[in-house]
Amino acid sequence: MPSRLHEWIVTVDHKRLGILYIATALFFFAVAGVLAALMRLQLAYPNATFLPPDVFNRLFTMHGTTMVFLVGMPFFAGLANYLTPLMIGARDMAFPRLNAFGFWIFLFGGILLYMSYVTGEGLAGHGTAPDVGWFAYAPLTERAFSRGTSTDYWILSIILTGIGTTASSINTIATIVSMRCKGMTLAKMPLFAWLMLVVSSMVLFILPPLTAGQIMLLLDRYLGAHFFDTQAGGSAVLWQHFFWLFGHPEVYVLMLPGFACASEIIPVFSRKPMFGRPAMIGATIGIGMLSSGVWAHHMFTVGMTASSNIYFAVASMAVGIPTGIKIFNWLGTMYGGKIRFDTPMLFCVAFLFQFLIAGLTGVMLAVAPFDWQVTDSYFVVAHFHYVLLGGLLFTLFGAIYYWFPKATGKMLSEKLGKWHFWLLVIGFHLTFDTLHFAGTLGMPRRIYTYAPGRGWDTLNLVASIGVIFQAAGVACLVWNIIRSLRKGEPAGNDPWDGWTLEWATSSPPPEYNFAVSPEVRSSRPLWDLKHPEDPDWRYE
Amino acid sequence: MNCSSRLTGLLFWTTTVAFGQSVYSIADMFKPRATPADSIFNVSILMLAICAAIFVVVGGLLTFTIVRFRRRKVDDNREPAQVYGSTRIEIAWTVIPVLIVLALGMATARSVVEVQNKRIPADALKVTVIGHQWWWEFRYPELGIVTANELHVPLSTTTKSTVTALTLESADVAHSFWVPQLAGKMDLIPGVTTSMWIDPRQQGIFLGNCAEYCGMQHANMLLRVVVEPAADFEKWVDAQKMDAASDPRLESARTTFLSLNCINCHAVRGTIAKGTFGPDLSHLMSRATLGAGMIPNTVENLRAWLKDPQTIKHGNLMPNMQLNSRELDEIVKYLSSLK
Repeated sequence: MPSRLHEWIVTVDHKRLGILYIATALFFFAVAGVLAALMRLQLAYPNATFLPPDVFNRLFTMHGTTMVFLVGMPFFAGLANYLTPLMIGARDMAFPRLNAFGFWIFLFGGILLYMSYVTGEGLAGHGTAPDVGWFAYAPLTERAFSRGTSTDYWILSIILTGIGTTASSINTIATIVSMRCKGMTLAKMPLFAWLMLVVSSMVLFILPPLTAGQIMLLLDRYLGAHFFDTQAGGSAVLWQHFFWLFGHPEVYVLMLPGFACASEIIPVFSRKPMFGRPAMIGATIGIGMLSSGVWAHHMFTVGMTASSNIYFAVASMAVGIPTGIKIFNWLGTMYGGKIRFDTPMLFCVAFLFQFLIAGLTGVMLAVAPFDWQVTDSYFVVAHFHYVLLGGLLFTLFGAIYYWFPKATGKMLSEKLGKWHFWLLVIGFHLTFDTLHFAGTLGMPRRIYTYAPGRGWDTLNLVASIGVIFQAAGVACLVWNIIRSLRKGEPAGNDPWDGWTLEWATSSPPPEYNFAVSPEVRSSRPLWDLKHPEDPDWRYE
Repeated sequence: MNCSSRLTGLLFWTTTVAFGQSVYSIADMFKPRATPADSIFNVSILMLAICAAIFVVVGGLLTFTIVRFRRRKVDDNREPAQVYGSTRIEIAWTVIPVLIVLALGMATARSVVEVQNKRIPADALKVTVIGHQWWWEFRYPELGIVTANELHVPLSTTTKSTVTALTLESADVAHSFWVPQLAGKMDLIPGVTTSMWIDPRQQGIFLGNCAEYCGMQHANMLLRVVVEPAADFEKWVDAQKMDAASDPRLESARTTFLSLNCINCHAVRGTIAKGTFGPDLSHLMSRATLGAGMIPNTVENLRAWLKDPQTIKHGNLMPNMQLNSRELDEIVKYLSSLK
C-alpha cells in the first residue's frame, strides 16, 4: 500500500495527474455542494434562524470561490491532462514535472483556502473563513472593513491556484503545438484538443489581471498602498475592472472544456462527424476573442456613460453569435444521425436544452436596461447556475461516463447513470427555474434571510426542495464510481465505437500510451481504420 | 420575542398602519410605476418576445431531431450518411443571429439613452442618497431635511410631471439602490458620485433592497419609497423642517439623552446632538421601521432595540450601550416623543 500511495504522490504521468485533478475537483464539488445545501436550507423559509448572517456570508463566499477555482479549473486541467496527449497520439505532456508542480500547488492553494475555517481570523475570532463574496468588491476587502486574516486566505489561495493553472495551460499549449503525432496537422486535430488550445491561451491572457489585482489588494492591506482603498482616494471601480477583465473570460474558460467534451460525445453517439468543423473552430476562437472585450457588462450599474453601456451591451450580445453557431453545429451533427441515448449522450442532450436557455438569459442580461433590474438579483444567480451547472457540469458528468471506462477499464452502470441523470435534471429545474422569477420580483442575491409576503416564499421553498433531488443524483454518481471500481464490467479498448486515438490503446492505457506512435490522415483516425471503404481523409 | 413573529408583525404593521398608504410589498419589475421602469419594461418585453421565439424554434428543432433521429430497436447496424457540413446553412445561421443582435442592440441603445441621458428639469426635487452599513441616509439639500431609510417623494401626475433626481454616494463600502417598480438599480460607490431619477405615478409605499453585497447585514438594508400627492408631501416637508419636539414635561428625559454617548453618532435638530454616523433622530417616530426595515417602529420595539441592538440586528454598528433601566426608560420616553 505505501508504495502505491508513493507512486501517486511522485507521479509525473499525465494520466495519473489528470485523475488526481479530477478526483480533487469532485471532492471540492462535494464540499461546495454541502455549503450550497446549507444555504438553501436557511433560505427555504422566510425569517429562518438556522444560520446567523456571518456564517451564511462565509458559505456563499466559499461556495462561489470553490466552484470556480477548485472545481471548474481543475476539471479543465484534469481533462486537458488526461485526454490531450492520448488524443494527439503523444506519450506524455511536454513538461511532465511542471505538470506535477501545477497540480500540487493547486491542491495546496485549495487546502489553504479551507484552512481559513480553522486558522483564519476575523471579527468573530478564530476559525473565520472569507466573507467578502467570490468577486470581493473593494473596499469591503480593505482593512477598515475586513479585519483579521480571512480575506488574506482568499487572496493567497487564489494566487496559488492561479500559478497551478498557468503551469497547466503553458504545458497544454506546448504539448498541442509540438507533440502531435505524424500526420496530425492542426486542421486534423480533434476538436477537443482545439478547444483546449484556445482555453489554455485565454488563461494566459486573463490570469495576469486577476493576479495583479490580488497583489495590489495585498499591498493595500499590508503595505499601505491605496489602489482600492477609497478612504485614501483609491478606486473601488478599478478593482471591478481588474476582476471582471479576468472574471468574464473566465466564464468561457470554465465553459469551453464542457463544449470540448460535448464536441467529442455528440458526434460519436449520433454516429456522424461534427457538422461544420471549421466553423466550430472559428466560433471557439471568436468566443475567446470577443469574451475579452465584454467584461463591463458586469458593471452596468456603476454609472458608466450611456455610450460605454451601449458598447458593452452590443458586444456582449455579439458573443451570442458564435455561441449560437456552436449550438446549431451540434444540432446539425445530430440531425440525420442514429442517436444512441447512453448516459453520456443523455447529459449532452440536456446540456443542449439548458445551455440554450442559459444563452438566451445571457442575451437578456446583455440588454443593459434589463440588467439594471436583474443584476445582483436571483435572476443572475439562476442564469449563471444554468451556465455552470446546466451547461458545464452536465457535460462534465457526460464526460465522466464517457471516459471513465478508458481511465479505469471498467464500465459505469447505465442504470445508476440514468438515475443520476434524471434526479439531477428534476432537481436542477426545481431549483433554478424558480429562482429566475424570484429575481424579477426583487429578491437580491446574497441575503441570508427575507421577510415573508414579498412573493418569494414559495419560489424559495421549491428551490430548496430541488436540492434534495440534486444531492440524490450526485450520490448515485458516487455510488456508481465506487461500485464500478470494485466490480464494474470490463470496458474493452473501445466501448463506444469511438473515433479518436484514445480508443486505439488499451483501457486503462499503458504508461507510454501507445506502443507504436500512431499516424493519422484525418480528424477521425479510428473511423478511417474501421471504414476503409469510405475514409474521412478523402473529404478533408 | 423571536425573530419570526417580529418580522411577520412588521409586514402586518406596514400593510395596515403606516400612514394609511398602500404598501406594494411585491417588487415586481413587470409592474412599473415610473418612467425609467417603464422604459426598461418596454425593452424587456421586446427582448423576451425575441428570446421566446428563438427558444421555440431551436428547442423545437432539437426536440424533433432527438425524436426523429433516435436509434430504433429494429435498426440495421449501418452507419448513417456522413455529412460534414453545409456552407449555405451555416451562413444562414450566422447571418440571422447577426440581424437579431443588431435589432436588439438598437432597442437597447434607445432605452439606455432614454433613461441615462434624460434632461433633468430645473425644478426637480433633489435628494442625496448616502449608503451606510446597513442603512440609508436621505438628504434634501434644498429643503434642509435629513432622514433615514424612508425616501419621501412627490407623486408625478399627468397634469404636472414631477421628477426626483437622486445623487448617490456611499459612506463606507459599495451598495446599490433598487426599487424595481420605479427604476433599475444604481450603485452607491465610495469616492464616486452616481445619479438616477424617478417620477412615480402611483401613490403608495414601494419596497426595495440594497442590491450590492455590503457585509454582514446586507440582507437587512431595506428601502421604502413613500410616494405621496404634492399636498401631503409639502406637509411632510414642513413637519421634517421643524426642530425636534421639545416637550417641557420631558425635560429630564431629554437631559439624560443629551448627556449620554448617543449624541456622538446621532443628530436631533435643535439640540446639541449633531452626530452623523447614525440615522438622524429628529423625527424618529415619523418613520415606520427601526434598523432599516428590521422591526416595526413601536415604543416596545424601540426599547428592545436600545437595550441591545445586537440581538435584533446582529453585527450592526450600534453597540450595546449598557444602559441601566432608568436611562432606558428616559431615552425611550424622549425618543418616542420625536414625532
